[in-house]
Amino acid sequence: MTDIPASALRQPNFSPLPPPILPPTYTASQTIWQRLSNLSWPWRITWLYLSFFLFLPIVALVLKASSLGPLEIWKIATAPVALSTYNVTFLTALVASALNGFAGLIVAWVLVRYEFPGKKFLDAVIDFPFALPTAVAGLTLSTIYSDEGWIGSLLKPLGIEVSFTRLGVLVAMIYISLPFVVRTIQPVLQEMEKEIEEAAWSMGASEWTTFCRVIFPPLTPALLTGVAMGFSRSVGEYGSVVIIAGNIPFKDLIAPVLVFQRLEQFDYAGATVIGSVLLLISLSILIVINLLQSLGRRYD
Amino acid sequence: MTNSTETNSTGTHSNGTGSVGNQRIVDEAAQSGPRSHSNPGRPWRKWLLIGFAIFYVMIVVLLPALNVFVQAFSGGVPVFLSAFTSRPFLHAVRLTLITAAIAVPLNTIFGLAAALAIAHKNFPGRTLLVSIIDLPFSISPVVAGLMLVLLYGNRGWFGPLLEAHNLKVIFALPGMVMATIFVTMPFIAREVLPALEEHGTDQEEAAHTLGASHWQTFWRVTLPSIRWSLLYGLILCNARAMGEFGAVAVVSGNIIGKTQTLPLYVEETYVQYDTQSAYAASVLLACLAVVTLILKQLLERTTAHHHV
Repeated sequence: MTDIPASALRQPNFSPLPPPILPPTYTASQTIWQRLSNLSWPWRITWLYLSFFLFLPIVALVLKASSLGPLEIWKIATAPVALSTYNVTFLTALVASALNGFAGLIVAWVLVRYEFPGKKFLDAVIDFPFALPTAVAGLTLSTIYSDEGWIGSLLKPLGIEVSFTRLGVLVAMIYISLPFVVRTIQPVLQEMEKEIEEAAWSMGASEWTTFCRVIFPPLTPALLTGVAMGFSRSVGEYGSVVIIAGNIPFKDLIAPVLVFQRLEQFDYAGATVIGSVLLLISLSILIVINLLQSLGRRYD
Repeated sequence: MTNSTETNSTGTHSNGTGSVGNQRIVDEAAQSGPRSHSNPGRPWRKWLLIGFAIFYVMIVVLLPALNVFVQAFSGGVPVFLSAFTSRPFLHAVRLTLITAAIAVPLNTIFGLAAALAIAHKNFPGRTLLVSIIDLPFSISPVVAGLMLVLLYGNRGWFGPLLEAHNLKVIFALPGMVMATIFVTMPFIAREVLPALEEHGTDQEEAAHTLGASHWQTFWRVTLPSIRWSLLYGLILCNARAMGEFGAVAVVSGNIIGKTQTLPLYVEETYVQYDTQSAYAASVLLACLAVVTLILKQLLERTTAHHHV
C-alpha cells in the first residue's frame, strides 16, 4: 500500500474547490448576467455600490475630460492661473509634509519610547485634526493666526502675516496632515525589536550611529509612506485652506479652490481639466504609497 | 524617572568595554525590568525630545482646539446660547443629521459586504480591489463633488433625464448624500476586513456544519466577532460624514435654510462676519470630534489596534 500514485489521491470528490466555471459560449451580455448570478450576495453588493458611487463618477470625469480634445486640455491645464495654483498647492503641501515628517518622527518616537506624564493625552490629541471638521479647523486657525490671535499677534511684530497668505495655506496643511505621518510611523516603531538597538549600542556604537544605521533604515519606508499620505491629503484639502487663505490667484490660490471657482462660474471644461490633473496626481501618489508599503514589508 | 541614571551608567559602560561589560548590561537590563527599554541616551536628550513633541503638538493641534471653545464663550454664555436658536442653525443641524443617517448605514452595508467578499479569499486583483476601495481617501473632496456635478448637474449626463422626471440631485439632498457617501466609503471596509481576516473561518464552518444558514451564521457568529472593529469604523465614518465640507460644498449650492449642513453654516456665517454664530456651531462640531476621539481611544483599548 506504499506505492499509491499521487494522482489517485487527488480524487475530484475531495477537492475543496468548486467545479470550475466553463468558459463562456454565449453572447457577451449573457455572460455578464451569468457571472453576476454566480456571485454571492456580498460580491453583488460590493460591485453595485462601487459601480454606482465610485466608478460612474470617475468615468464621468474622464469622459468629460476626453471630450475636450488634447489641445484644449493642454491650454487649460497650463494656463498661467492653473500653473500658479499647482505651484502653491504642491510646493506648500511638500513643505508641510516634510516638516511633519521631521516633527512627526520625533512625536512618534517620544510616544513609543518614553514614559512621561500626559503621554496618553498627547497620544489621543494627535488624532484631533482627523476628527475635527475641516471648516472648523480653518475657522479656528484663521483666528489664531490673525493679527489679534494668540499666535498671529506674536508674529505681527516680526512682520510675519499668516492669515490670508500662503503661510496660512502651509499652516492649514501642517494641521491636517500631522496625524497621517505620526500614525504611519508609530506602529512600525512599536514593532521594531529593541534588542537589535541594544545590541548595537552595547557593542560600542554611539547613539547617533545606532539611530542612523539600525533604527532609521527600516523606518524609512514608513516615514516616506506617512509623508506621502500627508502630502496626498494636503494636496486635496479644501475646507481649512479656503477659509484661512485669501484665495487670490497667483498668490495663495490652491488647485482645489480653483476647481470650485470654475464650477461656480459654470466653466465645466476648466473645472474638469484641473480636476483631472488633481485626480492623476492623487493616483500617482497612491501608486507611490503602495510601492513604499511593499518596500516596508520586506523588513518584516 | 528613577532609572534614568541607571540607564545612563549602562550607557557609559557600553563604550569601549568588552564582553564582560555586555554581560553586565544584560544583567542590569534584566534587573531593571521593562523600563530598561527606554533609550540608553542621556536624560537631557530624552526630555528635549519630549519637550519638542509636546510643544509641536500644542502649537499645531491643541491651541486651535482650545481656541474654538474660548472664542465661542468670549461673548458670554447667553450670546453663545442664543446662536443655537436661530432658524438656519437648527436647519443645518437637522440636515447634517439626515445626511449622516442615510450615508453611514449605506456605507456600513457596503463595508460589511466588501469585507465579507474579500476576506479569506485569494484571487488575482485582490490587492487592486482593496486599493480601489481605499481610493476615495486619495481623491480631493472637491474633485469628488465635481464628478457628481458632471453626472447629475443640469448639464451633466443624467441632467436632462432627471429634469424630465422633476428630480433634483445637485443643489439638493440626494447630491449631498452621494458626496458624503463618496468621501466616507472606505471607513467601514478597511476596519472590518483585517478583523475578519484575524477571526478566521473555523467558527463559521462549525456553524454551517451544525446546520446554520448563511444569514444565521452572519448574525450569530461573524457579526459578534467583528463588532468592535465595526463600531470603530462606524464612529470614524460618522465623524467624517457629519464634518465633510469640500465635497458637500460643491454639490449643495449652500442655500441657507435649504441645503446647508453644519460645516457649511460655519463657513457661511464666518464669511458674513457673524463670527459668534460660526463659533457656536463649531463648538458643536468640536464636541463631536472630542466624543469621537474618546470612543476611539476606548475601542483601541478593547481591540488593541492603532491607526488613522
